[in-house]
Amino acid sequence: MSTLSPSAPPTASAAPPDSLWRALLSNRVAWIGVALLLLIVLVAVFAPWLAPHDPLQQNIAYRLDPPSADFWLGTDSYGRDVLSRLIYGARISLLVGFLAVLIAMLIGSSLGILAGYLGGWFDQLVMGLVDVLLSFPTLLLGLMVAAMLGASLENLIVAIAITEIAPFVRIARAPTIALKQRDFIEAGRALGFGPIRLMGVHILPNMASDVIVLASLWMAAAIRTEASLSFIGLGVPPPIATWGSMIREGFNNILDAWWLIVFPCVAILLTVLALNLLGDALRDALDPKLRGEKR
Amino acid sequence: MMRYTVKRLLLAIPTLLAMLSAVFVLVRLVPGDPAAAMLGDQASAAALSALRTQLGLNLPLHTQYLNFLGDVLTGNFGYSLSNGQSVLREVAEVLPWTLQLSFAAIVIGIGLGLPLGIWAALRRDAWPDYLSRLLSLAGLSFPAFVSGILMLLVFAIELNWFPVIGSTTSGNPWSQWRGLVLPASNLGLIMTAYVTRVSRSSMLSVLSEDYIRTARAKGLRPSQLILRHGLRNALIPILTVVGLYFGTLIGNSVLTEIVFNRPGLGKLILGALNARDYTLLQGLMIVFAACVIIVNLLTDLAYGWVDPRVKYK
Repeated sequence: MSTLSPSAPPTASAAPPDSLWRALLSNRVAWIGVALLLLIVLVAVFAPWLAPHDPLQQNIAYRLDPPSADFWLGTDSYGRDVLSRLIYGARISLLVGFLAVLIAMLIGSSLGILAGYLGGWFDQLVMGLVDVLLSFPTLLLGLMVAAMLGASLENLIVAIAITEIAPFVRIARAPTIALKQRDFIEAGRALGFGPIRLMGVHILPNMASDVIVLASLWMAAAIRTEASLSFIGLGVPPPIATWGSMIREGFNNILDAWWLIVFPCVAILLTVLALNLLGDALRDALDPKLRGEKR
Repeated sequence: MMRYTVKRLLLAIPTLLAMLSAVFVLVRLVPGDPAAAMLGDQASAAALSALRTQLGLNLPLHTQYLNFLGDVLTGNFGYSLSNGQSVLREVAEVLPWTLQLSFAAIVIGIGLGLPLGIWAALRRDAWPDYLSRLLSLAGLSFPAFVSGILMLLVFAIELNWFPVIGSTTSGNPWSQWRGLVLPASNLGLIMTAYVTRVSRSSMLSVLSEDYIRTARAKGLRPSQLILRHGLRNALIPILTVVGLYFGTLIGNSVLTEIVFNRPGLGKLILGALNARDYTLLQGLMIVFAACVIIVNLLTDLAYGWVDPRVKYK
């Protein structure tokens, strides 16, 4: 499958993503999403320079201190700086969200293209797999896989990736079935192109933009799932700071320390919102029915 | 209609079997010995081998698989490791709480989402449309536990309008209702976001159809135009989303139950996780997945009812 994974050569995919890019440029709402996302990515990348304190440094003297000049967003029950933990937590959320979606996207769209192109028993097998994956509630499937594999960063990424494979199979399969009957694929076959070249170079670029839109929306979902699993206690094990586990800790002190809960909640919300704004704008830009719509 | 129903029912059987196989595999993903994982490091060799026998782990894998299928298909979902109760009984005990919560959420979600979506579609690119789009985007961005905790913080702790810990288990109906308000609103408002969004886009595409223009030209009253000619045709995509949303609803209600400390399937799962009660977890996965498959089936059957063209395909 890895032969399919390198994204399409830029020349071949020039037409759709280019128009997508132009449509996006004219959409102001999308820019809010892009700007927010960029900000969060920068915070994550430059965390060691931005964080005022060590996120893991415990200090009992400053236990559950409310926001102050020293600790802008207060401290948690171990006296750790909430702002620094929040800044480092951005790394986990983005990393898990990005890698989980990347894995789901590579496996899902490869399977979808193969199923659509090959048809027959392979197609039935893949679609059966999709039906099974879709019959589990997302959170519970992630919860079950994470619980079975044990709590760690890698397992969390795998668990979330598994919950998101099915939509990528679907979005890649349907256009492949339509495309493989088109003349240019027939011509490629007549020229002696192998199936891998046909699928990777001639079919994949035609759906690249759909897959990217889906990826941005599902990355939002992946970050939500990561936070939810961490909140339940199945995320990256402590003491590493993640937004979900920060809320989990804050939840135990909900009567005394609102700052432990509110700030990580806002962080999750802004990240998911940014990705949803971007994904929606991309989708509207792609949908020919909505293309003329003024925003 | 009968043939369509039977055909759909038969199609659900392979999915159900494949789902059971997936659960079987999933539970055996535990690295090492599941019995040791369940009992912990300090377990004696005798206890370990007793549990292995009880779970049938010493049998060959294909025998385990056939036994598992046979048990589930005859309605035996296994016994909880922590208290020995049958899984189905554990589920039945807390199910009313979850059903009450989900039902309230669906009522809120459809009751608010459908009119809001239709209103937005009718006033496209005016303020109701922007408002509904903003609200649905916000609703779609909230993980259920985040909105739940923030609600708890504001309405229960700061304003003191509702009990902090759901007093749902006490017999008094008034306090039961009060305990239901926050969790149901949390779940319901998130669902409203989904329903609003899809009703808006579905109504928009129907309203641009020729038959709507014809009906309008005929001088039909707006209410009849919207409800009988518009909404009825817009219902299929809406039904699809409500059906597909069911899986998300289960996940969200698990989180909501944990946040509001309500009895229900969510707390049952959390308890099973903490107690490493894998047979209970396995049983719960099967129950949930079976529910999703049944709801998908009902959604498909509802298509045939809403749109007579479907069943002749």
